[in-house]
Amino acid sequence: MFCMPFVQTTKLTHIYFKGTPLETVALKDIDLEIPEGEFFALVGASGSGKSTLVQHFNGLLQPTSGRVSVFGDDISTRINRNSLWSKVGLVFQFPERQIFSSSVYEDIAFGPRNLGLDENEVKHRVETALKDVGLPAGILQIDPATLSGGISRRVAIAGILAMQTPALVLDEPGAGLDPQAKKQILLALKRLQLEKGTTIVLITHFLEDVVDFAGLVAVLKKGELIASGRPKQVLAQPELLLGAGLEPPFPVAFTRKLSSKGVRLNSSPVTIDDLARAIQRTYQNTGPGDR
Amino acid sequence: MLNSVTMGQYLPVNSPVHKMDPRAKLMVTVLTAVTVLVATNWMGILTVSLWIGLVLAATRIRLVLYWQIYKPLWLLLITSFVFQVVFTPGEPLLLLGLLSLSKTGLVAGGRMLWQMICLLLVAAVLTFSTTPIQLSTALERLLLPLGKLKIPVREFAMAINLALRFVPTLFDESRFLIAAQRSRGADFTRGGVRQRAKGLIPFLIPLLTNIFRRADELAVAMEIRCYRAGAERSTINELKFKLPDYLAVLANLIILIIAL
Ligand SMILES: Nc1ncnc2c1ncn2[C@@H]1O[C@H](COP(=O)(O)OP(=O)(O)OP(=O)(O)O)[C@@H](O)[C@H]1O
Ligand SMILES: [Mg+2]
Repeated sequence: MFCMPFVQTTKLTHIYFKGTPLETVALKDIDLEIPEGEFFALVGASGSGKSTLVQHFNGLLQPTSGRVSVFGDDISTRINRNSLWSKVGLVFQFPERQIFSSSVYEDIAFGPRNLGLDENEVKHRVETALKDVGLPAGILQIDPATLSGGISRRVAIAGILAMQTPALVLDEPGAGLDPQAKKQILLALKRLQLEKGTTIVLITHFLEDVVDFAGLVAVLKKGELIASGRPKQVLAQPELLLGAGLEPPFPVAFTRKLSSKGVRLNSSPVTIDDLARAIQRTYQNTGPGDR
Repeated sequence: MLNSVTMGQYLPVNSPVHKMDPRAKLMVTVLTAVTVLVATNWMGILTVSLWIGLVLAATRIRLVLYWQIYKPLWLLLITSFVFQVVFTPGEPLLLLGLLSLSKTGLVAGGRMLWQMICLLLVAAVLTFSTTPIQLSTALERLLLPLGKLKIPVREFAMAINLALRFVPTLFDESRFLIAAQRSRGADFTRGGVRQRAKGLIPFLIPLLTNIFRRADELAVAMEIRCYRAGAERSTINELKFKLPDYLAVLANLIILIIAL
């Protein structure tokens, strides 16, 4: 059966301040397809166009040229764009800046209320979202202004999760969070993908997260899509990653170092487990005389 | 709206105007503005128009961008023109019902329209070609003699500097908040006045909080670098008047005399 992708872009180009001295080409001829229900990672150095790209996915930006369709609808028509917020939740970089209510509950409830849900359902969704980001229910009546940066971040993310949109896009949700809080959020996203079939698009700088969570990954470099595919294939190419300004995952960097010292593994491991196995196999296959 | 060039935006271009001393630019701006306001004879109007045209060309910025700054203002310009024409008394040339159009009215309206267009252009040249920092440094230098009269010129310049510095921050924050709250279903355009006003809360409250937080951080950053109001400060970039700067100011003085 034909399965409609979450996002499909053809020759997507985005230019800021076109025709002025401030002109910046942020995206160039991007052809990308993100299947529905996928956990999709988008990686690239600072300024490579990641945030610009994902703002097309919920209709905030329109391409300068090229086409973008989301859930099969072309976003060049206003009607399609205006309803996208209810289908695609977008967590911005440093989303804690968007908190405005005087209690945590009110802030998380803002999105669900705009969806026109009744108050019981809103309450239920607020509580579920709060649990997903790993915060205790006791926090609901607190004034967000008194919370620490990391906790505010999680409140802001909960505000998007509570809308329970069929797709979620997160722009570096873990930046500046402690490793445990970050892990908790990523695990919650993975759970949403596996249990509810939510499509997840995650922007990140950390390729380890991609290895652990994503099914597909795309690499942006200076506004161009230079690679996309399964993490095991894309991330096993250290030269490609370094060229894009990214730090290869530890096992890949380690394998590269070994090979520069003359030790060749017979596979390209991306996870720690694979690395251990590869080393063991190489070790066993080498005779005592070769060591 | 937030993605087009607006008044007050600096445009990095390699042009003779951009390279000028900001003090000279400030002086020329003021002189040209005065000339535009006092010019009554045709000779003066013609020369100052030509002068502005020359300066515009020298900025090497496409005319479309100058045209863009009038977009939000044309209604204002047209209304003032019509009012001026209709309410200036004089010998009627043409009667439209109760309204009479006179030659003096048309001339007065036309002159005012020309003045407004010129003033906007002159201001646009200054901000397109000068960074906020250059602008406030120039202002500080030019006003420094007033310090003798116990007027706190340096503090005044620093205040302007800080205010200008917050303009881009304000734009960035607004852009972010509009996008972020729209992604949560906020709609600032629906309903009656009350509902719309209420719809602005999710936008205005964090805008103020975030700007105040940034201001607070800035104050701390200045304090730990030992900034004190009233203290003597030196600058890294000393300004220097060069030949083109003298020439521009001189040319402008001559034009002013022609127009008087
Ligand atoms: N609102 C804007 N106006 C003008 N230029 C912009 C705007 N937003 C981004 N850009 C420019 O577009 C390019 C891509 O920016 P973008 O924010 O998409 O990168 P990014 O990959 O998200 O970077 P980061 O990892 O730092 O968030 C950059 O050169 C940036 O300066
Ligand atoms: Mg970004």
